[in-house]
Amino acid sequence: MSRTFLGIPGLRRPGDHAPGRHAAPGGTAGAPPHDEPFGPVPHPAEPLRWGPSFPDAAKETLKNAQMRRNLAHATSTIRAKRARVVDEVTDWEALRDAGSALKERVMDDLPELLEELERNVTTRGGVVHWARDAAEANRIVAGIVKAKGADEVVKVKSMATQEIGLNEALAEEGIAAVETDLAELIVQLADDMPSHILVPAIHRNRSEIRDIFLARMGDAPADLSDVPRELAMAARAHLRRKFLSAKVAVSGANFAVASTGTLAVVESEGNGRMCLTLPETLVTVMGIEKLVPSYEDLEVFLQLLPRSSTGERMNPYTSLWTGVTPGDGPQEFHLVLLDNGRTSVLADEVGRAALHCIRCSACLNVCPVYERVGGHAYGSVYPGPIGAILTPQLTASSGGVSGQLNGHGDPNSALPYASTLCGACYDVCPVKIDIPSILVDLRTREVDADRSRVTLWGAAMKAASFAMADGKRFALAEKPLRAGRVLARDGVIGRLPYPASAWTDSRDLPVPPKQTFRQWWAERDAPAAPVAQEEEEK
Amino acid sequence: MSDARSEVLSRVRAALGRPDPEATDHVAAAKEVSRGYRAAGEHAPGSAEALEILVDRLVDYKAHVVQVPADGIAAAVAAALGDHVSSIVVPPGLDPAWLAGLDGVDVRTDSPEAPLTAAELDLLGAVVTAARVVIAETGTIVLDAGPDQGRRAISLVPDVHVCVVRAEQVVQTVPEAVRLLGAHPERPQTWISGPSATSDIELDRVEGVHGPRTLHVVLAT
Repeated sequence: MSRTFLGIPGLRRPGDHAPGRHAAPGGTAGAPPHDEPFGPVPHPAEPLRWGPSFPDAAKETLKNAQMRRNLAHATSTIRAKRARVVDEVTDWEALRDAGSALKERVMDDLPELLEELERNVTTRGGVVHWARDAAEANRIVAGIVKAKGADEVVKVKSMATQEIGLNEALAEEGIAAVETDLAELIVQLADDMPSHILVPAIHRNRSEIRDIFLARMGDAPADLSDVPRELAMAARAHLRRKFLSAKVAVSGANFAVASTGTLAVVESEGNGRMCLTLPETLVTVMGIEKLVPSYEDLEVFLQLLPRSSTGERMNPYTSLWTGVTPGDGPQEFHLVLLDNGRTSVLADEVGRAALHCIRCSACLNVCPVYERVGGHAYGSVYPGPIGAILTPQLTASSGGVSGQLNGHGDPNSALPYASTLCGACYDVCPVKIDIPSILVDLRTREVDADRSRVTLWGAAMKAASFAMADGKRFALAEKPLRAGRVLARDGVIGRLPYPASAWTDSRDLPVPPKQTFRQWWAERDAPAAPVAQEEEEK
Repeated sequence: MSDARSEVLSRVRAALGRPDPEATDHVAAAKEVSRGYRAAGEHAPGSAEALEILVDRLVDYKAHVVQVPADGIAAAVAAALGDHVSSIVVPPGLDPAWLAGLDGVDVRTDSPEAPLTAAELDLLGAVVTAARVVIAETGTIVLDAGPDQGRRAISLVPDVHVCVVRAEQVVQTVPEAVRLLGAHPERPQTWISGPSATSDIELDRVEGVHGPRTLHVVLAT
């Protein structure tokens, strides 16, 4: 494949048939018949590597006018709300500085903080498990659920459990995982994939959601309308029975306080409180980077997160718990600490800042690329700018950054190019992750991994470097460009033959001017300058 | 093959370039985190200014707020419950005087020793609790399961939550509240900012999903 898109110099290797590859999101292949009413089923075998590379997936998603309309509305609305509530915080920059510094400290002291967390959770009656990868984490959770004799669990929306494909793994063990966040429930019932970290079903319209509920919820009222309040109430009634009878709940965690063993979950609907409070057993799956050193650090993050995420001064509900509280809430608590590629992210001194992320999704809402292509194009449960730096690094051991996936091109290695480097993501990041710099660093790593190969791109760059290094050579190289004027239409060149088509396939080329700067310089009235003299000598 | 715990920890250490678990020299070099943000607001806890900010935020969240003198709490609680609530649950340490205005309402007391089941709670119309601390700037009521607030389940399952807040419990900023709560970090906490809500369908905000759909705040000054 040799094509450019949004500045991506194309994937350098052919071979888009990595194992586990599935139909493109927005494509049509592979959809079982019963899913037809709800469109394609982009269920990936790997939650961090869905299939086609970003340029190919984006080509598909850009055709989806409804999704683009929904996203433009959603991102502009949340952007405006966020800006309003951030503006009223006089010490916002000081909070960001503290948040950033705290996360840096967490990375520096991670081994000690993890051990401290484990000690405190254990002292308070919790059980701590460690998981090297997704499969191990899934085995641990399935084992706990089976030991409780349960065949159904209620779930709080959690990025970590999406990342490890927990629902699918539990299903293979005969355990039904019920998503209880409204948007996650919609996505789950539609057999779909999330397209935004905060509002995963934003690509769906209200009438589609009504159809999904009617067809899949089982107990939706037959006269259900598409008014959001009515849809939310149908979900309330459907889930209430599950909440009141569930034996086991599974959650993620927004923060874990090392010094006290306290876990925090931030939410809006109350489904989190239901899961964290009513079942007898609670299993929390958490990435090892989600720590904060001390209890008072919560005062920083509980100010940064809601305003950055939903654009609210505070989210409706935040739950904090420490191990097991006798007589109140789950009497059995398991904490699963997940690596799954995080330690290899940590090993890179530039890229490790991606682990500071508190999953607010502010960077998605300001990203001009995300707003147009949507979440599915990133081919990962982590979309947007943060996904573009996190996904390749988390999957680095299997190709991710370098593009070496079983000898084929890894789609994830294209993700760092899914950005214009405008820097809006850095400006809004509540913990000041310098996403543009990490994107550039990952591009460098990807190119470096490919140096030995002879490619068209490499050859073109070598030729350009040769020509531009010397004034005479550059003047010579410029001369034929004027011929390009015959190809122009309305001031631009829209199409060039191969190999230049690699450039013009996805953007126009400006028309070359009638004369070059050197020619103009030579012809003007003023006394001839040294460069012009050179020209005349030739 | 080593166990997962030691392998993950040794990977972390290797990633940080200090594979020796016994080495402690980095601890001394730990960076001090600068906290240049406001540790407290300009308004004193319980001040008229703090209360004014709180009321503005609560109304913004579509919570119902009434301000009453201390001797008006009972009447305000009764008014908040209205005519259609026939049964409520209360925590064991709730001030009984707050319920003096109720007439013909079945009052159940829940405690860790004698807890109601979730199904029982689901049949009750409302819950009345106190609060541990309240944050004005974010309109947040924090419960920490104290005797006048009860187990987490009782303020979750009933559809109406009436919360009585004393003025002196209202602090202006989040850090003021966190430092107060830090005295007992082991207590389970619920931070409540308005009734439950969702914006998951076309970003159309719907107040009232799984948590109580109605929140009444009785602010005693």
